Amino acid sequence: MAERKIKVIIAKPGLDGHDRGAKVVARALVEAGMEVVYLGLQQTPDAIVRAAVEEDADVIGLSILSGAHMANFRKVRELMEGSGLGDRLLTGGGIIPTKDQDKLKEMGVGKVFGPGDDLQEIVEYIRVNARRVSG
Amino acid sequence: MKGLPVARKNNEDWKEKYKGSGLRDADFSSISGRPLQPLYTWEDVAGSDPEARLGWPGNYPYTRGVHPSMYRGKLWTMRQFAGMGTPDQTNERYRFLLDKGQTGLSVAFDNPTLYGLDSDHPLAAGEVGKTGVAVDTLADMERLFAGIPLDRVSTSMTINAPAAWIFAMFLADAEKCGIGFDKLRGTLQNDILKEYIAQKEWIFPPEPHLRLITDLMAFCAEKVPQWNTISISGYHIREAGSTAAQELAFTLADGFCYVEHALAAGLDIEDFAPRLSFFFNSHLDFFEEIAKMRAARRIWARAMRDKYKAKNPRAWLCRFHVQTAGCSLTAQQPEINIVRTALEALAGVLGGCQSLHTNSMDEALALPSEKAVEIALRTQQIIAFESGAANVIDPLGGSYYIEKLTDDLEEEAESTFRKIDELGGVVKAIEQGFFQREITRAAYEYQMALSRRKKFHVGVNEFANPGQELEIPLLEIDESVEKDQVAFLRRTKVGRDNGAVRDGLQALKAAAAGGRNLMPPLLECARRYTTLGETSDALTAVFGKYREQPFY
Repeated sequence: MAERKIKVIIAKPGLDGHDRGAKVVARALVEAGMEVVYLGLQQTPDAIVRAAVEEDADVIGLSILSGAHMANFRKVRELMEGSGLGDRLLTGGGIIPTKDQDKLKEMGVGKVFGPGDDLQEIVEYIRVNARRVSG
Repeated sequence: MKGLPVARKNNEDWKEKYKGSGLRDADFSSISGRPLQPLYTWEDVAGSDPEARLGWPGNYPYTRGVHPSMYRGKLWTMRQFAGMGTPDQTNERYRFLLDKGQTGLSVAFDNPTLYGLDSDHPLAAGEVGKTGVAVDTLADMERLFAGIPLDRVSTSMTINAPAAWIFAMFLADAEKCGIGFDKLRGTLQNDILKEYIAQKEWIFPPEPHLRLITDLMAFCAEKVPQWNTISISGYHIREAGSTAAQELAFTLADGFCYVEHALAAGLDIEDFAPRLSFFFNSHLDFFEEIAKMRAARRIWARAMRDKYKAKNPRAWLCRFHVQTAGCSLTAQQPEINIVRTALEALAGVLGGCQSLHTNSMDEALALPSEKAVEIALRTQQIIAFESGAANVIDPLGGSYYIEKLTDDLEEEAESTFRKIDELGGVVKAIEQGFFQREITRAAYEYQMALSRRKKFHVGVNEFANPGQELEIPLLEIDESVEKDQVAFLRRTKVGRDNGAVRDGLQALKAAAAGGRNLMPPLLECARRYTTLGETSDALTAVFGKYREQPFY
């Protein structure tokens, strides 16, 4: 039975333009056989979730290095719940202090990654925790 | 000199012994992935004429340095990139750094300012003063440089999309201090091409930004003759993940594009070219970086003299600032970043830089604390005054390894220039995602090399201390900064002549639509305390907004 590819939205909300991490993860996911919709920079939470709905994405990944992670993850999570995407994985990375990571977990955000985290571990995490649909 | 058959026998002897001795199971390529020989010898530089390829410092082709006396005549400028919170807080940091011995200023602006947004713009919420200083009007420039003699210290400003109107505010401030524009020395980054490629701070599409750049070049040639109008940058391209060869080639290609645009705008190469400057990264692979910087000088000199036919030798000079590689530094075990920065700084000096910024150990965690930035500055001072690196010009010149690497990097750059030409030039190549994809591929390959333990990052994928607590103080930007800055902005807007501001913006829009040099109307707007955001909006109404097609 052929499995549909895991589809991942990758986006950077806010003014932060440091997209090396987001792009490297995007490449790695494609190399690993997933489908990536790379939205790019200055995305709003609304636009990100709208794309996830349109694409029927399994995963949303946010990249935030500017310190604005709490507000952005919270807003995206709320919009996901409100749009029927409550069962999809919300993950991401950037510069996110450990104490904030715990707060994000309570919000329903998955694991988030930071500088030095292993690329292949990130890919595996997404593979294992994405919403999966077979058929 | 031994006869040829004996020499060849010694060479074969060594090769046999080398192969027979057993090698470590390691990757011996450069950090950029460049395969390296175990040894470089006279055979690797045979047939290369040193007179032509190296020459003499301060003489074509400048491989050995842009000045005849290099650091014996004048040390590189110690110029720490700094900016935090409000202009008052940043002014304090500038005085601290000058007091500790830095010899030039460098302004780091916050995210909203970098994008031409005021501190009270909706997108600025949560970002004001967090990654640099917030500047909204001339009043902020006045606070930023209060008590600092702008005619006695050079100032570099890292600003790109709104560079022209930030520069106008700087000029207006100098004017208010009674300083003639001809006395001002410094640099504006103002390099929009690398924004589309790597740093991602644009407002308009390429053509209007390029026009603003040539307007500024024309204005400065006449009115601010000691000012470096662009800092053509490779730093950010490298930070985005490129190899050393890509950094070199893409940066110089951007430079050629600016030269061509300026010529097309009718500017005289003898006037504008001496005021172009460059900005390179200094990464951890020591020798590759030194070779890269030497190759840059030789390539630029040849192109400016032979391709663009500049007659003024000052137009042939690739003068550059160096910053040590932020992306090489770790959040884990931050104290060891001091060592990385020291090696990178030494490479910058041995590479012949004119100006140097050394990163602080807390680079991956926060804006620099006082303790961290002082150590970073002392690193430069140790190199300058203790290590002997400044005593002899181009001390690694003649090293077989360095000369071969310099030659190889130059050859690869020329090949990349041909590729970019085939794509239709830099702007077309950007539109096709050429640079962006090359950079992401290099970044991905490096990340995979770390994952596969072919490359190492000490403290991260090797020699890690899991669970180790942070033991250094970190700078925090207080939430009150945004409130204070917004309140100050509101007061400034109330206190100014708003009719005059409106008139100034109308004149600006007319000049923008009418193709006239935008610096005079921008300067007038700055004098009237027009805000950064108001200026951006006025120009956006004429030029439109850019939306990138994201390539990876």
